[in-house]
Amino acid sequence: MSILVGNDTRLLVQGITGREGSFHTTQMVEYGTNVVAGVTPGKKGERVAGVPVFDTVEDAVAETGANTSIIYVPARFAPDAIYEAVDSGIGLVICITEGVPVNDMVPVYAYVKAHGARLIGPNCPGLITPGEAKVGIMPGFIHEPGKVGLVSRSGTLTYEVVDALTKAGLGQSSAVGIGGDPVIGTSFVDVLRLFQDDPDTEAIVMIGEIGGSDEEDAAAFIKEHVTKPVASFIAGQTAPPGKRMGHAGAIISGGSGTAADKVKALEAAGVRVAQSPSDVPRLLKEAIAAA
Amino acid sequence: MDVHEYQAAEILGRYGVPVNPGRVAESPEEARAAAAEFGGTVAVKAQVHTGGRGKAGGIKLAHTPDEARDAAGAILGMDISGHTVNKVLVVKGAKIAHEFYLGVVLDRPNRQVLVMASAEGGVDIEEVARERPEKIVRRLGDPALGFQPYQAREIAFALGLPAGKVNGFAAIAQQLYDAYIEEDATLVEVNPLILTDEGDWIALDSKMSFDDNALDRHPETEAMRDLAEENLTELDARQSGISFVKLDGDIGCIVNGAGLAMATMDAVKLHGGEPANFLDVGGGASASQVAKAFSLVTADPHVRAILINIFGGITRGDVVAEGIRDALGEVQVSVPIVVRLSGTNAEEGKRILADAGLTAVDTMEAAAAEVVAAAHGKAA
Repeated sequence: MSILVGNDTRLLVQGITGREGSFHTTQMVEYGTNVVAGVTPGKKGERVAGVPVFDTVEDAVAETGANTSIIYVPARFAPDAIYEAVDSGIGLVICITEGVPVNDMVPVYAYVKAHGARLIGPNCPGLITPGEAKVGIMPGFIHEPGKVGLVSRSGTLTYEVVDALTKAGLGQSSAVGIGGDPVIGTSFVDVLRLFQDDPDTEAIVMIGEIGGSDEEDAAAFIKEHVTKPVASFIAGQTAPPGKRMGHAGAIISGGSGTAADKVKALEAAGVRVAQSPSDVPRLLKEAIAAA
Repeated sequence: MDVHEYQAAEILGRYGVPVNPGRVAESPEEARAAAAEFGGTVAVKAQVHTGGRGKAGGIKLAHTPDEARDAAGAILGMDISGHTVNKVLVVKGAKIAHEFYLGVVLDRPNRQVLVMASAEGGVDIEEVARERPEKIVRRLGDPALGFQPYQAREIAFALGLPAGKVNGFAAIAQQLYDAYIEEDATLVEVNPLILTDEGDWIALDSKMSFDDNALDRHPETEAMRDLAEENLTELDARQSGISFVKLDGDIGCIVNGAGLAMATMDAVKLHGGEPANFLDVGGGASASQVAKAFSLVTADPHVRAILINIFGGITRGDVVAEGIRDALGEVQVSVPIVVRLSGTNAEEGKRILADAGLTAVDTMEAAAAEVVAAAHGKAA
C-alpha cells in the first residue's frame, strides 16, 4: 500500500467547516479518499460533502474509527489541534496550516514523538498515494499510480516534478510534502526510510531547498541505508544569504544551508541531482538503468 | 524581524540581564550630552541591522564629551554594508578582563532550543564554530520543561569559570533562554558578555531577532520595527500576503509557491539571466493579487522583462489567466511579459491570455529561455 496513506486510511478533517477545510474535504472525497469524519467544536451534527461533523476528535474517533487526521485550522489553533489528535489516539497527523510560530512547534514535535505518533508538516501540501488516498491540497489528477516515491519540502514545486514524472511515464507510489518550516514533524530521513522499506517503491525523488541541514542528513542516510536509485532537485541556487525565501525554513544563515552544499552532499552520496525540475525524470531513469 | 542593539538590550534588561547603560543619539550634540552625563570613557556605536560594525569603523571609543560628539559625527550617515546609520548608541566604557560569547538559537536538526557559549567572545562566533568547534559549549533546553539551572552551571564550568563566577553566569544564561521563549525570538545573543576588572558581568553587545509568525502576539516588539532598516517594498508585499525579496538582476519573477519561485529564479540564471526578485503570490493568485505583484515587480526600474510562472493545482489556470488579464488593465506594464501556465485548466487559461495579446508557453525551461532573450532585446 505504498507509504503512510492508502486504502486503509480512515481520514478525519480538523477544521472541516472552515473555508479551506470544507473546500479540500470535497476535493479529497471526490478523489476517492475515505473521509470518515470532521471536527469543528460546536458544529456537531452538520455535514460537509456528506461527511459527519463532531465536536471533539475523541468523539469522532469513537464513532468512526478514524486513524489519520488532516488539520486546516488557523495557525494559532494548530498546536492545540495536533495535541487533540495525538491524545485521541490518531497515529498519523498531517498539518497543512502555514505560519505556526516555531516556539509552538518545538514542544509539539517532542510531544508527538514521545506518544509514538507521526506528524507531517506544518506548512505542507500533505501526501498522496495515487489511486488510493489524497490527504492534502495537491491536485490529484497530475498523479499516476506507479513505483516512484517522492518527498519534498515544497508545494507547487512538487506538483511540477510529479507532473514531469507522470508525463515521462513514471507513476508514483506515494508523494509526501514534508513542509517548509524550520521545525517539521517528519524529515527527509524519516520518509526515505519508509520508501526504502516499501516493496511498492522502486526509485526515489527528493526535492529539497535552501536552509537547515536536513538534505545533508538525508545524503548521509542515503549513503548508508538506501539501495534504491535516487534523483534530486535542490531549489534556491540563486537565493541570497540571510533572506527568508517564502518558506520560514528557507534561509541561508551563517553561511550554512546553501543549495551548493546540499547538492555536493547528495552527489557524494551517489544521488543524481538535476539542474532543473524538468530534468528529474531523465536522471531518475538513468539511475534506475544503472541500478 | 530584527531590532537594534539598544532595543535588544532594553528587552534583555527587563529579564534581569546586566546590560550596559546607554543612550540613543540621533545627532552629534545628543551624543555629546550623553557622554557628559555618563562621564569618563564611552563607546559610540552605530545602530544598524548588520554585523561587521567594528571593522567598518562604526564603533569608536571617546574619552571626552567632545570626542563623543566627533565620533557620532563621523558615524552618523555612514554606510555599513548598505545600511545607513541614523542612530548611535552611547554607552559607558567598561574595563574588560575577559570576553565570552553567549547565545540562544533554534537547533534545527534536533528541533530544540540551543544555548551555546564560548570563552572566545567578542569575535565572529560562526568563525569559531567553523575553525575551533571544540571551543563552543552547547546544551539543549527540554521542549516541555525548559532550560535547567544545572545545564547553565555545566556550561559555566566547561568554560573554565572560577566557582565564584558560576552562578552569575548561569543566571544570565537562564535569562537569555527565558527571553528567547517568552519573546518568540529566533536569536538571542550577547557578544561579548564580559567580566570587568571589578569582577562584574556586563552584556556589552546584545542582539535579538524575532519569529515573524509570532509577531501578532507581541505588539510591543512589532512597535520596535525600524522602517528605515526595512525594504519597504518587501513590507508592503507582506501586507498583501505576497512573499517578495528584492535581488540585483533585471528579470522580474511572479510565481505561485515558494519552492517553485526559487526554482524559477534558478532557471532564469541557468539560461544566462539574472532574477530581479523572488516573488510568491501565495494561494489563489486572484486579479488583485496579480495586479499587486505586477506593481511590486515593475517598481524596480532595472526590470527589463517579466516571467510569470504558474503551476495550476487547486488554483485554476483559467482563473489565474483572468487575473493576469485584469491586472494588465489596472497596472501599466511596459516591459515584455512571458507567461508559463501549466496544470489545471491551462488550455482555457492560454486562450484567455491569447485574447489579451499574451502567448503562454508550456514549460518553465522554455519560459526562462524566452524571458532572458526578451530582456536582452532578442526573439527567443
